[in-house]
Amino acid sequence: MSGVLVDTTVNGDPVQFACPTDEVLLDSLRDRVGLTGVKEGCGTGDCGSCSITLDGQLVCSCLVLGVEANGRKIDTVEGLSDDNTLHPLQEQFIEHAALQCGICTPGFLVAAKALLDDNASPSEEEIRYALAGNLCRCTGYDKIVRAVQAAAKQMRKKK
Amino acid sequence: MAHDTSFTNQNFKVVGTRVNRPDGMDKVTGRAKYGADLSAPGQLVGLFLRSPHAHARITKIDTSRAEKLSGVKAVITSADLPDLTNGAQLDVLENCMARDRALYDGHAVAAVAAIDQQTAKKALKLIKVSYEILPHVTDVDEAMKPGAPIIKDNIFTSGVDPKPKKPSNISKVSEFGHGDIDAGFKAADVIIEKSYKTEQTHQGYIEPHACLATVGPDGSGELWVTTQGHYTYRTACAALLGMDIAKLKVTSSEIGGGFGGKTHVWVEPIALALSRKANRPVKIVMTRDEVFRATGPTCSTSMDIKIGARKDGTITAASSVLRYQNGAFPATWAMLGAMTSWACYDLKNVHSIGYDVLCNRPKTAAYRAPSAPMAAFGVESTMDLVAAEIGMNPVEFRIKNAAKEGTRASYGPTYGPIGIGPTLEAAKNHPHMKAKLGKNQGRGMACGFWFNFGGQTCVDLNIGSDGTVNLALGTVDVGGARASMSLIAAEELGIPYEQVKANVADTSSLGHNDTTEGSRGTFSSGMATIFAARDAIEELRKRAAMMWDIPVEAVEWAEGEASAVGSEHGNLPALSLADIAKRAASTGGPIAGHNEVVADGAGVSFASHICDIEVDPETGGTKVIRYTVIQDAGKAIHPDYVEGQFQGGAAQGIGWALNEEYIYGDDGRLQNSGFLDYRIPVCSDLPFIDTEILEIPNPNHPYGIRGVGETSIVPPLAAIGNALSNAAGVRMDHTPMSPPRILKAIEEANG
Repeated sequence: MSGVLVDTTVNGDPVQFACPTDEVLLDSLRDRVGLTGVKEGCGTGDCGSCSITLDGQLVCSCLVLGVEANGRKIDTVEGLSDDNTLHPLQEQFIEHAALQCGICTPGFLVAAKALLDDNASPSEEEIRYALAGNLCRCTGYDKIVRAVQAAAKQMRKKK
Repeated sequence: MAHDTSFTNQNFKVVGTRVNRPDGMDKVTGRAKYGADLSAPGQLVGLFLRSPHAHARITKIDTSRAEKLSGVKAVITSADLPDLTNGAQLDVLENCMARDRALYDGHAVAAVAAIDQQTAKKALKLIKVSYEILPHVTDVDEAMKPGAPIIKDNIFTSGVDPKPKKPSNISKVSEFGHGDIDAGFKAADVIIEKSYKTEQTHQGYIEPHACLATVGPDGSGELWVTTQGHYTYRTACAALLGMDIAKLKVTSSEIGGGFGGKTHVWVEPIALALSRKANRPVKIVMTRDEVFRATGPTCSTSMDIKIGARKDGTITAASSVLRYQNGAFPATWAMLGAMTSWACYDLKNVHSIGYDVLCNRPKTAAYRAPSAPMAAFGVESTMDLVAAEIGMNPVEFRIKNAAKEGTRASYGPTYGPIGIGPTLEAAKNHPHMKAKLGKNQGRGMACGFWFNFGGQTCVDLNIGSDGTVNLALGTVDVGGARASMSLIAAEELGIPYEQVKANVADTSSLGHNDTTEGSRGTFSSGMATIFAARDAIEELRKRAAMMWDIPVEAVEWAEGEASAVGSEHGNLPALSLADIAKRAASTGGPIAGHNEVVADGAGVSFASHICDIEVDPETGGTKVIRYTVIQDAGKAIHPDYVEGQFQGGAAQGIGWALNEEYIYGDDGRLQNSGFLDYRIPVCSDLPFIDTEILEIPNPNHPYGIRGVGETSIVPPLAAIGNALSNAAGVRMDHTPMSPPRILKAIEEANG
């Protein structure tokens, strides 16, 4: 393997990994950094299971090369709660039974956090369109939308 | 010990509450481990080479260059996989790896294991396969015609007399019904006969198939795998590879959706074979393209439905002719379609016939209430046509003909207490039915049925020295089962839900459990959990009696504690579960309860759905604007996850109805093997999905549980077709009812 050394910040910590130039960031995160919370559902940017933020921007990590992460800040589901308390989105997903199999959940949480960082009071329609890049096959999205609404409310109260 | 499974109508304390699921924390933090999330030291990457042809003779496979590539540790073709099952499971083996012929686009022809992905990919390119391309057929009606290419020359139609002399693509003919159809149609004032087609769909679970296989030279192995049935996978893999069942330990990972698609082995036997050949762990993760091309979608169908009725709304006769495309291997999906098609109704004269048909498409697998949604599309669409013809409200028409307790079902049995009538009455009275509709909007409804299933089940309940309880389950948790089983154990023991922790056990830690299919998880593991808990309670009473030195007959168990009863001992202070558990070492050792059962008496399930849809007459585009699911759950153990099953099934049915289809080119290749072109519903496609849970107890389960997982996918196709008909004035007879098909129908209707 001819690898390239990549210097990044992952969930606030400095992380280095070496990867081939044609490896996607999804594989680097899963296989080299060990963050298997980032899921592969399609590998073509259609399902959103591998959603992460790169310098705060929501991306599908299957559409980004590992080497492109050099010098940039990556946030994944594993970094959502940084102490003993869950992020309100995580709490509300459990509370509202917004997951069944749970494989899409990390991607939904990351995408929903990106939405709420940008818009503290999204309408139902705004939530539905913001999450339209994340596929869930179990829930029909009903309880997911309700959980995001509840988390938004909880976060507004905190502020 | 035989247990009484009759419904007892008890008052529940924790069952029916909406507690948080025990696996929730792991799943929202990314810690939950799915099929692709486990790695082993020294593991290899396994990849498949697949046929690009729909039907071809494999004349030669040269793997020599791939084997010589540095970093390649094993290459496998069918030559490495002799049939060790005397033909019994040759179909399964042949689907895992093509033998003399590739039978569909995507059929595996070789596999490699190499030190990394890049090397494995290079190796695949070095394998040379020589094909002789054969004529193919991918359409069910075409495959039934005389002169169609024969998919398998060892298949002779079963279910017909005399036994045919020539092989046929029709693998099986199944007939059901009773009464006199001809007389029934003669007595009808109105007869509607219509043909329908449904295209092939995939379960679309978001997690691709994945496994980590390890086999050592001593013949022992381990398999970590995403599956609905780890015991079934163990049995199949052991048979195909000539391993002892007890020496193969299969652990089911967290499962990222299955819906029937993870009930069969696909890549797993090959992963084990590669590992055995390389003597290294091998991990295989399918790509989405492979999942679409080479796992088990459901059937495409073609059918003819005929209903005769009197003007007063009584159905006098009904018949269905169902043709189900089963892919390249024989199955019995048309039989199930024929059994389910008329199950909602009380019919004097009824007949259904199913033709199971082979095509050059992937082996088909179960998909949530397998075979029922297609038949229901035809039947429930035709029900609306008949209602319109006799000028009767479609709900009233269905209520008039609904099956009830004592009805002889079209597929044979006589029903006990059932929910079709109550779901229809609830639909009739639901506020949704009376809500106003806007321009280009229409409302439709439809009904659905599913059998449900029980099967072999085994549960262990182990009490820790602190009085907390571990539940070892053998059915897989596909959507909240660990929460439901913990609720049931807590209910029986009389302890708080939080005191129970349920886990899915691996195959070496618990006895055989049938695959988690047929909506059997909560029904059957629920039953075994109840009896395992009662078994533990017997033991707890004995231990308390020993601690008190009184007869066991003087000990009662209630509210999570043992009490001594009677004038002689009544003043002894009660012993809690923890009090007794703490003393286990001196009263006879670990305290546990067990149950092994064949869970019979699954309760049939019915649903009625209401749908409002808006159609854009200029584009044929549609939007579901309101949707209501009403279904009989028997008993909702955890209402959140019952609602979740209702909503999820409805969403899958909506996708099937409006968008999803396998599109094959003239070359027999699948053209849309990705989520971009095989479009499942996204969040912005759907409204909130309202649910109403009815609880008509199953008399054959102590808690009244029926299955709830599958029925919800049955009504949506027809509910949407009926809504579309009312919104746009066109009757759609072909799913998916995609914008081009709707637009064409509107244009034809407008002349």
